[in-house]
Amino acid sequence: MSLDSATVRRIAKLARIRVDDAEVGVLQTELNAILGYVDQLNEVNVDGVAPLSGGAQMAMRLREDTVTDGEQAENILANAPDRVGPFFAVPKVVE
Amino acid sequence: MSLLNLTIAEAARALGAKKFSAVELTAAHNAAIAALNPRLNAYITVTPELALAQAKAADARIAAGSAGPLTGIPLAIKDLFCTAGVRTTAASKILEPFVPPYESTVTRQLLEAGTVCLGKANLDEFAMGSSNITSGYGPVENPWKRNGSEARLVPGGSSGGSAAAVAARLAMGATGTDTGGSIRQPAAFTGLAGIKPTYGRCSRYGIVAFASSLDQAGPMARSVEDCAILLGAMSGFDAHDSTSAARAVPDFGAAIARGVKGLRIGIPAEYRMDGMSAEIAALWERGVAWLREQGAEIVDISLPHTKYGLAVYYIVAPAEASSNLARYDGVRFGARVDGEDLIDMYERTRAAGFGPEVKRRIMIGTYVLSHGYYDAYYLKAQKVRNLILRDFNNAFEKVDAILTPTAPSAAFGLGEKMDDPVTMYLNDVFTVPASLAGVPAMSIPAGLNAEGLPLGLQVIGKHFDEETVFAVSAALERAAGFTAMPSVRAE
Repeated sequence: MSLDSATVRRIAKLARIRVDDAEVGVLQTELNAILGYVDQLNEVNVDGVAPLSGGAQMAMRLREDTVTDGEQAENILANAPDRVGPFFAVPKVVE
Repeated sequence: MSLLNLTIAEAARALGAKKFSAVELTAAHNAAIAALNPRLNAYITVTPELALAQAKAADARIAAGSAGPLTGIPLAIKDLFCTAGVRTTAASKILEPFVPPYESTVTRQLLEAGTVCLGKANLDEFAMGSSNITSGYGPVENPWKRNGSEARLVPGGSSGGSAAAVAARLAMGATGTDTGGSIRQPAAFTGLAGIKPTYGRCSRYGIVAFASSLDQAGPMARSVEDCAILLGAMSGFDAHDSTSAARAVPDFGAAIARGVKGLRIGIPAEYRMDGMSAEIAALWERGVAWLREQGAEIVDISLPHTKYGLAVYYIVAPAEASSNLARYDGVRFGARVDGEDLIDMYERTRAAGFGPEVKRRIMIGTYVLSHGYYDAYYLKAQKVRNLILRDFNNAFEKVDAILTPTAPSAAFGLGEKMDDPVTMYLNDVFTVPASLAGVPAMSIPAGLNAEGLPLGLQVIGKHFDEETVFAVSAALERAAGFTAMPSVRAE
């Protein structure tokens, strides 16, 4: 499978990364090299094999659904690029 | 007496015997960093005053008789661990202004053990790389040189700053993280010992996430024993990490003295790859001989899906990274680039904040998770990952540990292997399978190549059997008698 430039632009859009026209060609070549490499997985027969999603040899642990933390608004906002009072501020999204 | 060449174990004994103070030990390292870091770029951020304050507290603890084996020991902390009040960048421009309000579990446990934080070590951006050249804060120079050459070599990656700092005597040990080889390969490139423990052994809480099903913290140091001491302090159950293992932490140091008599050591045929260099093959043979001479039984084994490890890794890791790195959008923390509207702000922020390798991996990950390609790429890779795990489980029915080379070559030059991303990815061919299976694996320095550069051997163990990994690694360390030092180092 080989990516065309329109697909590269579509992926960049999905990934929320702005790419210039000049970058599209370079990315297309690099991404196709990686996809070409991983295509070798097509030789492997995986019939009846379950997917392995995690690295842990255990079931996901559950805990009581209770509040364990909080009252940290200032800590959480301390790194905000922009804030208005106790809120994160972003460019206007509704006219 | 130079305070810079001691192992952690030696320094702890000397501190306990009051031969020097923790403040003196830290001051010597601060001075070494001031002298050599401008050249090596091993640290992104140095914290000399914090270090001295921590050393002073360590001296008080030693005087009070409540010191442990790491009290007063100065370390480099990979800049992927969140450190409360100390900037944490993940070597990315997008996190340039980020000062964490909290401490990662691993570094908190190290602080509680009394260690001293000298600074935050350089790495590949978001730990994505094998040479430290993708750092947004400049590459790291490997303190080792080829015989008769001043050419700058890479320290490996992604924990390249940690490796260079410990090798050049700018720290006694360091934390690293390993997703596909990021502790083991730089350890091999710089003549250090480094272990990636079993997935779940060290908490991932507060470590900037790259690929969550693979990321593991581990120590890097100048001896196997030092790694055992550090890992003991870094390990243990943590309710803040849902994949943290609720298991007791064994006495790793005690395993060092066990020896290998009667152990069965597997030699996987599939690691003998086409085009393996003669010096790597010879190193491996020497390792086999050393273990046999010390009473181990050598067993030929097969890990049939080894050759697919890298392809699985370069689907799974970018997929998880594309999801994990979605949080860097210029809203809650990190850098922001303003745009015409919210979407434009996201896109400009991420275009300016991420370097080329990170963008490539996010885009590959986005593609393999996207509608219509998920089954063909991501699901397929997860199934082959299961086959790789089965390979290890089958092998470990016959053997106690596995011996392989750590990397296909010694350290290479800055600017080499840059032709395309896949060439760089091949560095991780021997380290990635253990990451995919979640088993512990350690690199130990086993000799020098013809050019005078260190080479590493890798010991892979069963899930949660780091003790056998330490036992085998220590046996190799004793036989190798590796005492070479890099030409660029603090005295």
